[in-house]
Amino acid sequence: MQVQVNGEAMELPNGVTIAALIDHLALTGKRVAVEVNEDIVPRSQHPEFTLNDGDRVELVHAIGGG
Amino acid sequence: MTDKPDIQLPEDKPLEIAGRIYQSRLLVGTGKYHDLMETGHAIEASGAEIVTVAVRRTNLGQNPDEPNLLDVISPKTYTILPNTAGCYTAKDAVRTCKLARELLDGHDLVKLEVLGEHKTLYPNMPETLTAAEELIKDGFKVMVYCSDDPLLAMRLEEMGCVAIMPLGAPIGSGLGIQNRYNIRLIVENAKVPVLVDAGVGTASDATIAMELGCDGVLMNTAIAQAKDPIKMANAMRLAIEAGREAYLAGRMPKKLYASASSPIDGTFF
Repeated sequence: MQVQVNGEAMELPNGVTIAALIDHLALTGKRVAVEVNEDIVPRSQHPEFTLNDGDRVELVHAIGGG
Repeated sequence: MTDKPDIQLPEDKPLEIAGRIYQSRLLVGTGKYHDLMETGHAIEASGAEIVTVAVRRTNLGQNPDEPNLLDVISPKTYTILPNTAGCYTAKDAVRTCKLARELLDGHDLVKLEVLGEHKTLYPNMPETLTAAEELIKDGFKVMVYCSDDPLLAMRLEEMGCVAIMPLGAPIGSGLGIQNRYNIRLIVENAKVPVLVDAGVGTASDATIAMELGCDGVLMNTAIAQAKDPIKMANAMRLAIEAGREAYLAGRMPKKLYASASSPIDGTFF
């Protein structure tokens, strides 16, 4: 299935969870917030939340700003 | 001794934002530094307790060992104030705040800024009001970047914003406080803290904001883009303190003509 992650198309196995995606991106343990189709997915739900074909995922973090 | 006129001095209240008391009245941003080490040192020198951050997409495929801003500016040490910089609509600003709250484990203090156009980064007030309303309803504590319009400032306070933050001049311009009269009016009317946000260029600008009675100043570029940011951070810390003390002391009235400081009596010539 194809999922948009931070605006980039990504081929992922069916039924992949947010936690697995984060692991795949080597971001496990990093402070990131996740949104799927413009809805927050709380950190506690990352292990169970499965992605579907066409989902739009945003992974964000804090950077320098004023 | 001549009788001193009965002047009411301003009350020295501590800076309290959303129920928390802060010793420092200088709030700083973390953008435009050369690297994270410089960011950390400058913020330490500034003495700031509230530090703003932006929320952006994580770089995919980045080096996993790359240090993160929040490793340097720890939420354990600082009150992290996520901003909605770069948002031009209420919708994007609300979305950004929700992501920030998730990122910071439920921390709900945010700096709302909804911009109007690229050239001046002037706030879009209709969108700001819409976003503020929605955020407050959702339980956020909103510190709001706004125009220096005294009526809009009052409206934002009535809606429940926890701090009013009018611009002194456009973001990153370093032009200083352009409309002292408006800032003063906003301070006079407000019961929540008023902080000048944006426009400070050098230490005297920060002092002027504090002399006008502002409760604090938020700045980024003035420190980060100084030739020596750490030295400027220290200068700003002192400027804020000086301005606050001068405000509390109550300045002398301005006069058109001179008034000798040394007595005329006892002259021998």
